[in-house]
Amino acid sequence: MRSVAEPATTELPARTVPGPRGPAARAPAARRLSSRGVLGTASAVLLLVFWALGRRLGYGLSEYLQLLVDGTVTGSVYALVAVGFVVVYRVTGVINFAQGAFVMLGPMLAITFFRTLGGSGGLALAAAAAAAVLATALVATAVHRLTLHPARAASALTRIIITVGVYIALQGLALRVWGPRPYVMPAFSTLHMADRFLEVGGVTLQAQSLWVWGVGLLTVGGLVVFFEHTLVGKAMRACAVNRTAARLMGIQVDRMATLAFALAGVLGAVGGIVLAPSTRPTYDMGLDLGLKGFVAAIAGGLVSLPGAVAGGLVLGVLESLWAGVTVAGFKDLFAFVMLILLLLSRPQGWLEGGHE
Amino acid sequence: MTARAWARTWFLAAAAVAGVGVVELAWPGTVARLTRSLVSTDLLIRAGLFTVVLVGLNLLMGYAGQASLGQAAFYGLGAFASAIFTVRAQALGIPASVAGAWWWPWLVMLLAAVAVGAFALAVGWVILRLRGHYLAMATLGLGIIVYIVLRENLGMPHLNLTGGFDGIVGVPRLRVGGAELWPVQVYYFVVWAAALASMALGLNVVHSPAGRALRALHGSELAAESVGVDVGRLKAQIFALSAALASVAGSLYAHFQAAVVPDTFGFVPSLELVVMSAVGGMSSIWGAPLGALAVLLLEQLLRTHVLGLVPAVSGELEPVVFGLMLVVIMMFWPAGLVSSRRVQGAGWASR
Repeated sequence: MRSVAEPATTELPARTVPGPRGPAARAPAARRLSSRGVLGTASAVLLLVFWALGRRLGYGLSEYLQLLVDGTVTGSVYALVAVGFVVVYRVTGVINFAQGAFVMLGPMLAITFFRTLGGSGGLALAAAAAAAVLATALVATAVHRLTLHPARAASALTRIIITVGVYIALQGLALRVWGPRPYVMPAFSTLHMADRFLEVGGVTLQAQSLWVWGVGLLTVGGLVVFFEHTLVGKAMRACAVNRTAARLMGIQVDRMATLAFALAGVLGAVGGIVLAPSTRPTYDMGLDLGLKGFVAAIAGGLVSLPGAVAGGLVLGVLESLWAGVTVAGFKDLFAFVMLILLLLSRPQGWLEGGHE
Repeated sequence: MTARAWARTWFLAAAAVAGVGVVELAWPGTVARLTRSLVSTDLLIRAGLFTVVLVGLNLLMGYAGQASLGQAAFYGLGAFASAIFTVRAQALGIPASVAGAWWWPWLVMLLAAVAVGAFALAVGWVILRLRGHYLAMATLGLGIIVYIVLRENLGMPHLNLTGGFDGIVGVPRLRVGGAELWPVQVYYFVVWAAALASMALGLNVVHSPAGRALRALHGSELAAESVGVDVGRLKAQIFALSAALASVAGSLYAHFQAAVVPDTFGFVPSLELVVMSAVGGMSSIWGAPLGALAVLLLEQLLRTHVLGLVPAVSGELEPVVFGLMLVVIMMFWPAGLVSSRRVQGAGWASR
């Protein structure tokens, strides 16, 4: 058995923000210049593919616009999940695959609470949603305190596998509690299964989409304010930059790690809840959303908040366009092909250059 | 332990495996009777198949220090290659004289392993030059892509090569000359011969100069590089070897199960392989059979002897127990059942 009590220095190695490595590290300037060209070419090729495939289906501008708008809705949720990945990764150095479980717990708990509160009324729905977000944050806190905190001396890979185990256990528990059937979350505007539709310039918009954008914007905005203007937020950023130095400054690094998990729980739950009215949540919805959020986080370089948001939106839009022009079963392929291409071409992320 | 002692242990293990096989062959069902149907020939065969996969996975994770979260994809590629080229041989235009020959499934198995290995080499070549956990992320994506492509009939539903969700049924049994390697008691020998061969291969790799280079790479990539180890190349080769082994196991699985469905090779099965590897001990070749047996036995025990007693929860708590088991093992026992750290230096789990 490995000894858990190791000196503090090896326990939490001073991890700087992972910058470009390999060839990219040697010639950053030249690489960046050419990388912009590569990105441009890749986007052009991709749009051409979308256009060619779409022409076969007789798509016009309004169809593409519709797909684009739909994409930003799912993309906003990917962005929230991706930000959850980034917050945890920056503070603890762990890729938290349990993030998907938080995304699933949010809506499932919200629906359960809503039913307990009588199942009608906007106030009840808001209270249920808030309680679900809080409960998910508590679960996330418990996950960190019970599993990753005791194992903080283990290698990053060991801790990543732990989060995978947590995900499997939480999803299994959800199956036990809620069963395999899909649930219904009422739309926020109508408090009913059927949502209102708006027509804007040939594009049909669900009222729920406005909620997704609004809540997403508020959540990310709130997070930015938290990191930029509060003492705790600044302390967390300090942990992300240099844990040893942060500890020497009197910051309780372990508490910040727990807080990062709680924040990830909040972000995941919020993302899951706002998406729920248009998807019918199930016990296993976390796998897909978690992995997509992860891909979005990688696209943004895994360490940058704006990168993660941009990554989520870009992934959402491209996936929506792809899903619109291809066979239904291949919809999920896009994100993972993008993941491989990202890793092969530029693992530090295309957006934001991997730095803040 | 020296290489010689390892060889002695290996021969003892081979003798034990053969002994069980001979007993089962002479009096079928003996093992099941002795263990109150906890262990069956079926379970032993599955353990043997997983052993082949895990030898590769352990070399990759325990020695090269790179995780694969998509190993089931390579297992699936082997299985589907064998199923497609035997069952759909006619549709693919392979002459009946070739497809009907006894050596054809064996040739397919070999070619599939080479192709899958080459595929992994190509992917690993680029990704493994980078440090960190990029391979884990890439294999995660790769595993899901392979699963979706198999599930969606390679995107060509009119050809119906993979059979979509339902997969392929009627994969023929393996033969040597005119003799069919069946019933299960006979197939047990085929699978465990492959398992022991892969273990011998793994032990050879570990005790070869390449193995020493791997261990050096483990301690410090920079140090290994500075003494002349081509780190990226070595890791890519181990990745390719692990993929090829998984492919062979997949082929053997297809001929054993006689049917293949994509769901056997998805993301969760990949995670199960990681669990087995972790339980057995990643930095040990002996961890492969022990991890496979331990996890399969535990699953069987949970299914029939513990959860089966409480009708309301039967089966449903399996993933919960599975997930918690993974967490607890990685927290308190990251070296697994067989820890050979003293012999081989620190494994990645202890870094």
